Amino acid sequence: MGEWTPTIFEKSRPGRRGTTVPRPDVPVRPLEELIPSRHLRATSPRLPEVPEHEVVRHYTEISLKNHHVDRALYPLGSCTMKYNPKVNEQMARLSGFAGLHPFAPAEAAQGALGLMHELGELLCEVAGMDSISLQPAAGAQGELTGVLLMRAYHRGRGDERRRRVLIPDSAHGTNPATVALAGFEVVELRSNEAGRLDLDSLRSALDADVAGLMLTNPNTLGVFESEILEISELVHRSGGLMYMDGANLNALMGIARPGDMGYDIVHLNLHKTFSTPHGGGGPGAGPVAVKARLAPFLPVPGVKTEGGSYALDWDRPESIGKIHGFYGNFGVLVRAYTYLRMLGCDGVRETAEAAVLNNAYLSARLEERFPLPYGRGMHESVYSGAALKKKTGVKTLDVAKRLLDYGFHAPTIYFPLIVAEALMTEPTETETREELDRYADALLAIADEAEHDPELVTGAPHATPVTRLDEGRAGRRLDVRWSFDNDA
Amino acid sequence: MSYVPHSDVDRRAMLAAIGVSSVRELFSDIPAAIVRDGPLDLPEALSEWEAIRLVAGHASRNPELACFAGGGIYDHHVPAAADHLIRRSEFYTAYTPYQPEVSQGTLQAIYEFQTMICELTGMDVANASMYDGATATAEAVLMAISATRRRQVVLAGHLHPYYRRVITTYTQGLDIELRMAGAGREGLVEPAGLAEVGRETACIVVQSPNFLGLIEEVEPLADRAHEAGALLVCVVADPVSLALIRSPGEQGADIAAGEGQPFGNTPSFGGPVVGLFAAREKFIRKMPGRIVGGTEDTEGRRGYVLTLQTREQQIRRGKATSNICTNQGLNALAATIHLALIGREGLRQVAETSAQHAHYAASRIAELDGYELLHPGSPFVREFAVRTPGDPQAIVRRGLERGLLAGVSLSRFPGIGAPNGLLLAFTEKRTLEEIDLLIDVLRRG
Ligand SMILES: Cc1ncc(COP(=O)(O)O)c(C=O)c1O
Repeated sequence: MGEWTPTIFEKSRPGRRGTTVPRPDVPVRPLEELIPSRHLRATSPRLPEVPEHEVVRHYTEISLKNHHVDRALYPLGSCTMKYNPKVNEQMARLSGFAGLHPFAPAEAAQGALGLMHELGELLCEVAGMDSISLQPAAGAQGELTGVLLMRAYHRGRGDERRRRVLIPDSAHGTNPATVALAGFEVVELRSNEAGRLDLDSLRSALDADVAGLMLTNPNTLGVFESEILEISELVHRSGGLMYMDGANLNALMGIARPGDMGYDIVHLNLHKTFSTPHGGGGPGAGPVAVKARLAPFLPVPGVKTEGGSYALDWDRPESIGKIHGFYGNFGVLVRAYTYLRMLGCDGVRETAEAAVLNNAYLSARLEERFPLPYGRGMHESVYSGAALKKKTGVKTLDVAKRLLDYGFHAPTIYFPLIVAEALMTEPTETETREELDRYADALLAIADEAEHDPELVTGAPHATPVTRLDEGRAGRRLDVRWSFDNDA
Repeated sequence: MSYVPHSDVDRRAMLAAIGVSSVRELFSDIPAAIVRDGPLDLPEALSEWEAIRLVAGHASRNPELACFAGGGIYDHHVPAAADHLIRRSEFYTAYTPYQPEVSQGTLQAIYEFQTMICELTGMDVANASMYDGATATAEAVLMAISATRRRQVVLAGHLHPYYRRVITTYTQGLDIELRMAGAGREGLVEPAGLAEVGRETACIVVQSPNFLGLIEEVEPLADRAHEAGALLVCVVADPVSLALIRSPGEQGADIAAGEGQPFGNTPSFGGPVVGLFAAREKFIRKMPGRIVGGTEDTEGRRGYVLTLQTREQQIRRGKATSNICTNQGLNALAATIHLALIGREGLRQVAETSAQHAHYAASRIAELDGYELLHPGSPFVREFAVRTPGDPQAIVRRGLERGLLAGVSLSRFPGIGAPNGLLLAFTEKRTLEEIDLLIDVLRRG
């Protein structure tokens, strides 16, 4: 059991310093001569005053309370928590990239622009698309870009009636949230018994009001939408566009391409499929690739090449506009580029194959005790803890917490919404068979514990830095910043 | 190379356990018509060394320059310990803290980040980060619309042109009217000029220091907004300024949105950086993004969790306050650690050294033939615009030959109406020698 760590503010003592700052290298004038005193701040922000070594100890100490991929399996479904290659980190920190100012003229940014241009082409090839924007900073922002592209496309054809976007009931929460943000109405479609989009539900929803369909593939159950060609045809025939949430591309890359399935727009998650680290919440990158007919509407600026040199391309009169303050999460693009060039064409396919193999293996080990209501998925499977709960009273939440005691992160739980007591599990391709076995053994042991000693499970976790935390209390008695009231 | 660990023996054993004879069988749900029979048209795999050589080659085509460019991204020193700590696997290879019992490191750091952002901005509550300053500002506009149930937004004065573009993008599908209220002759917003503010106005958006580096009089704008029942959104694209000048909170802002890049994050061609978002406490349930709160575990020990999640897409779906999910967590951590290292006095010194450099350079440039400050009467912290005798883009190009990024040519932004303007920013990293060189580049015109 870990020790409680005071906040950095409690470690502060007036007059202590963590780092020093250069003195002005020019003749100095009193501050009041530079800035009118009515603008000056009376009291400085109460930032901590802590020596460097203590800052290092503080953040080292709290870091040790985190689970992370470099420790053990992190099977969060839909998140693709694969290994983050160390070379990527080195490359993003090269001074030619890290030190590059976004307003540097193109002639001083040829390396960055060239890398972006090439990465765009590689990603278009993987996606089977014609054009791309690297600007979106994450998946959700890629979705916003994509739905705004739908809007611009229809308007460009003089069609302003299309107010609705179709989304299956298994979709990730960002899909409906994005559709609303883009000013469209969400229409939820049913999934069928196989966990796939119900074609009747689709047919009856399709009409001249529909801007398009957002369909994750494989979907959030890990199930491939095998009727995708029919679906695309139906949507296109009614004048709509096909959007793929590409969060699950790890199952497909090198094997099948969104562009070949009839999709018009896809966002890729470089922080999932392309190995860039999650950083405890971000940053990510969510490039959006499209078919040629949507290219005129992509965000500005793009990157163009002319006579062997590269430049930002602002000349897109029909563009939806700018979606990021500059050109996107460039440092993340460097990492993904490094990864993709190292994998090469064979590595891309091997990666998808192993991601699916690993999941199938794990499913084979688990499905007897943790049933798969919609069957085994491709790169991930969604198990149900409903039977276990009925038999033992132990909920999926308890199983997840108990897994933490075994040294693993839990899967994504209670999502997708259409599976009761869901455990959405994605092992990724970078895990060995032994690690998958260790994880399966842990889950099976927990199932046994649920039967013989349920309180061990319902009281979990026991071996973590803190035990179960009271989320209700956090919401009722808001404490979202350190209060300096107790300071001397 | 790929990062797949399996040998052929592993693969065979796993296939046997699954009960299939080949990996391809696992893909049988994909219709044959769309399964590729050949490889993708991608380059051959590279070894790690080959990849390093290739990527470093790209990097070497971006020359290292002494940077006098700002415009929302500033070239400050990031302490070695900050970068060292964010390279810890425990931080950078973790996901969003969905299981708080094994994410206390990330959660506590965010709680500290929120506190620091509140201190800097003078606001009550802050979130765990947005993508960047531009999207934070767009989300602030959306929040003001939702909080007031009004549909008009007044973008006042010299708001960063890219932020303005992102706001336009974010609001294009919604029935929202964006009104631009230009700056006055001094480069600052004139409250008397805000005729459009009225009963339909959701918020006034003002950036201070503004895009030209000038310090706005925010308080009268807040009063103007509040008289009309609207909110004031104060945009901070240069957070280092907050060490010296009055905070958005002190000046009556309801929401502060901005960019945190100078804290802990390198310019990196504009991303990844870190969007800041803070507000008055009464708006907390309308805020976008993750928020961390303190609580207790079953044994009464303090701990942290993601809180007020019913605002967010994973619960509220189509009715969420925002669609954001992944944010800029590691960049927020870098900012937190940098601010912890530099501390209260250190940040003031960074800001003051930067301001001393800028004011010294301004007075020297004003003496050059053909040069003048664009707005000589208006106060600035460490960034200002000058009128150049010749084409500012040509000046920037000549600077490159001398190893300088000699500012940002305002001819890039027709909306600003200063085709002969050059925007210059200064940090603690610039030396007298570099400033002399800059003056020489300018003198030669
Ligand atoms: C299926 C799916 N769609 C969208 C998203 C949102 O992506 P991001 O978190 O990068 O914004 C996620 C990520 O959790 C996801 O799993």
